[in-house]
Amino acid sequence: MNSTQKAKGAHPVKAGWIGQIADAVFTNLTRICAILVLLIILAMMVSLFIGAWPAFKKFGLSFLVSSEWNPVTEDFGAFVAIYGTLVTSVIAMLIGVPVSFGIAIFITELCPVWLKRPVSTAIELLAAIPSIIYGMWGLFVFAPFFADHIEPWISDNLGQIPLIGELFSGPPLGIGLLTAGIILGIMVIPFMASVFRDLFEVVPPVLKESAYGIGATTWEVIKKIVLPYTKIGVVGGTMLGLGRALGETMAVTFVIGNADRLETSLLMPGNTISSSLANQFTEAVGEMYTSSLIALGLILFFITFVVLSIAKFFLVRLTMREGTRT
Amino acid sequence: MSRMTNMDPNLYRKRRAINFLVLTGSVFTTLFGLFWLVWLLATLFSHGFQYLGLSVFTQPTPPPGDSGGLANAIVGSIIITLVGVLIGAPVGVMAGTFLSEYAIRSRIAPVVRFVNDVLLSAPSIIIGVFVYEVVVVPMGNFSGWAGSLALALIALPIIVRTTEDMLKLVPNTVREAACALGAPRWKVTVSIVFRAAKAGIFTGILLAIARISGETAPLLFTALNNQFWSSSLNEPVANLPVVIFQFAMSPYEDWQNLAWAGAFLITISVLVLNILVRTFLRDRK
Amino acid sequence: MIQTENSPGKTGKNLLERGFATVKNPAEQAAITLDLSSLPVKLSIRDLDFFYGSFQALHSVTMEIPENKVTAMIGPSGCGKSTLIRCFNRIYELYPKQYATGQIILDGRNILSPKEDLNLLRARVGMVFQKPTPFPMSVYDNIAFGVRLYENLSRSEMDERVEWALRKAALWKEVKDKLRQIGTALSGGQQQRLCIARAIAVKPEIVLLDEPCSALDPISTAKVEELIDELVADYTIIIVTHNMQQAARVSDFTAFMYLGKLIEFDSTDKMFTNPLRKETEDYITGRFG
Repeated sequence: MNSTQKAKGAHPVKAGWIGQIADAVFTNLTRICAILVLLIILAMMVSLFIGAWPAFKKFGLSFLVSSEWNPVTEDFGAFVAIYGTLVTSVIAMLIGVPVSFGIAIFITELCPVWLKRPVSTAIELLAAIPSIIYGMWGLFVFAPFFADHIEPWISDNLGQIPLIGELFSGPPLGIGLLTAGIILGIMVIPFMASVFRDLFEVVPPVLKESAYGIGATTWEVIKKIVLPYTKIGVVGGTMLGLGRALGETMAVTFVIGNADRLETSLLMPGNTISSSLANQFTEAVGEMYTSSLIALGLILFFITFVVLSIAKFFLVRLTMREGTRT
Repeated sequence: MSRMTNMDPNLYRKRRAINFLVLTGSVFTTLFGLFWLVWLLATLFSHGFQYLGLSVFTQPTPPPGDSGGLANAIVGSIIITLVGVLIGAPVGVMAGTFLSEYAIRSRIAPVVRFVNDVLLSAPSIIIGVFVYEVVVVPMGNFSGWAGSLALALIALPIIVRTTEDMLKLVPNTVREAACALGAPRWKVTVSIVFRAAKAGIFTGILLAIARISGETAPLLFTALNNQFWSSSLNEPVANLPVVIFQFAMSPYEDWQNLAWAGAFLITISVLVLNILVRTFLRDRK
Repeated sequence: MIQTENSPGKTGKNLLERGFATVKNPAEQAAITLDLSSLPVKLSIRDLDFFYGSFQALHSVTMEIPENKVTAMIGPSGCGKSTLIRCFNRIYELYPKQYATGQIILDGRNILSPKEDLNLLRARVGMVFQKPTPFPMSVYDNIAFGVRLYENLSRSEMDERVEWALRKAALWKEVKDKLRQIGTALSGGQQQRLCIARAIAVKPEIVLLDEPCSALDPISTAKVEELIDELVADYTIIIVTHNMQQAARVSDFTAFMYLGKLIEFDSTDKMFTNPLRKETEDYITGRFG
């Protein structure tokens, strides 16, 4: 009894209000930091918009569709850069999605157990390699190889096909939209493969086992169980990969050629939004030039924002469904 | 077999053939994907070893066409990266704490979570442009501070995300137990929850360091580059990624070789950081 | 067998058919013939309702908990017994959309009042949970953590307090050489006794035990039960348990709850030998739940 008496006396020593003040301070500190994240994004949008305003004011909506990019006459349009960004990203996705998909299937369904961990780890480590390394390798190793061995074949064969031939004709320079797209594709493979693998691994083993149990082949299990179960996640994951490809700078800048003329051929040099910025921003002279580059940046920000929102939309639906199922 | 009178052997054969084709395709794509990556690494390692000498670590970056090292760029990179993390980590950990510990009653939390993902996937070059606009232009010159700030903005969302995830792994019963002793909420968070999630938070910070130590694009317009040793973060600071970019794009062979050495160094440090993170997480499990 | 999940309507009807049909006011449902006037009352609960959002988990619970006695709460899963004791230290406040109405009087003060300082309240009302919850720190610091919150003790005083709490929790002999080891490295039974030691080290007036033995083996369970016997001299103990034998062994008083209502509350002897309500009898004899 004595001890409880003592305890009663002891409690008010550190009175409650100190705790309450400390609590309020700490909570608000964390809240301020969280709000700071919000403010940073808002500040980014505002500052990009302010920076881009002169260009938008001068060129209006025609900025989006004009393929002019002339620093001397100060006549600028975003079309070449937007076109380059979209084309390289589409090429990257055409390579990246099927290959990443195959790798994810291999890791989750085919790979012998002893190999699973090393392959998974290798893929994840490769996803961490900085993109500048991909760009540099592209410039020094891949582009010369591509120019010597692949591009001549492409322009000789694909270049003769009517309609799409235009896309594949031209001199074998090594650098250009196609090379940039391929390097981007190689770069997003590890990232997307790990996203897909994570997705496939959330499929409950019971579902797969019951399908195997009635004699389905591995492919049938993938097609009828794994894919339907992860479908929206795969779309979301692809969008994440696309977002990466669209905004990627260094892997592209090395090998795209920094040309501001619109070319129909994929073998010719071009520019993406990010490579235009990387190549020209520090050298840009005059308000209109800088402003046009910032306007390009704003457009890129907007595109990646939309792509990310779509990705989130699909991925959130996947986790929500997960939640209701379990 | 006798009971399966209706079984069509052709159908079964066809199913097996399709299965075989698809699975072969999967193995082939895996090999295809790994082929490029192995090629890339092989080139990087052979060139890196070839051009990596002692002088790389002892001499500063050379003028065009001359030989030299990367010492100032290596030191500059380490400083900018560390300062970036020192700015980004406290804010990120606190914001992640808010999302995990205090957000259930908060309406701004879902917004912050979404915005954090936007920042996470924002092209890093845009972050460079942003910092250029708000720091470099008002300051009047490129600076190490601007570079660090740009890197901090890239590290921030990574740290916010991992902190939130790691704190959420701490079971609620532990929080309840600490509260039930009469501990105020902040004390529960700092002494119990942080302590339980220590390794996870640290992992997030390491991952962020790994990520920003190879970032090039945002540094192009912020820290820029410096051929010499920098004495302060108020002036342009030499850093490995931008040196690699400039040297690799140059026509001089000496510079290109140094670029390979630098690329090798960056890759190695990023890989080592990632492997550290992995062993760290595995030990915890 | 009553399966609340599958046939909620039916179980409700069953109850009514068994003699509740005439009772309209739920507050009058509880059968309490117990006369506590001879005993000092530690907690009195009046018309306590509890809500998880729009779901009402407790319906007008009214009861008095005597000081320095062990009171057991029994009843089938989801009957609200854990919810009830989580009101006594307002730990539910950690979560949004959970709230209680009514009164809980501790030493003449309504602890449900918004003015109540929750941290001080929780220092007076300790709690031990179903699963052991050692903090990620040394055995010593696990115990010292709570003490340091409210008392400035010297090094030797703290050593004394830690030893005292560990002895009380019958853990001293097992861990006296491992005080610097991390608490999570102990066995499950030891962890739970560590949590009890941690709760009593703060010297609370009331100790809430929320199914403290459900994750333990029989030997550890026996140790915890012995401990409860020892502690009751200094503390008011309220224990939630699934295990009726345990309630019979350790408690002085027993409350039976069902579907968020207090059905019967009496001395443990009477409850287990001659319960007033048919439901209590059915549950105790294992006919449902």
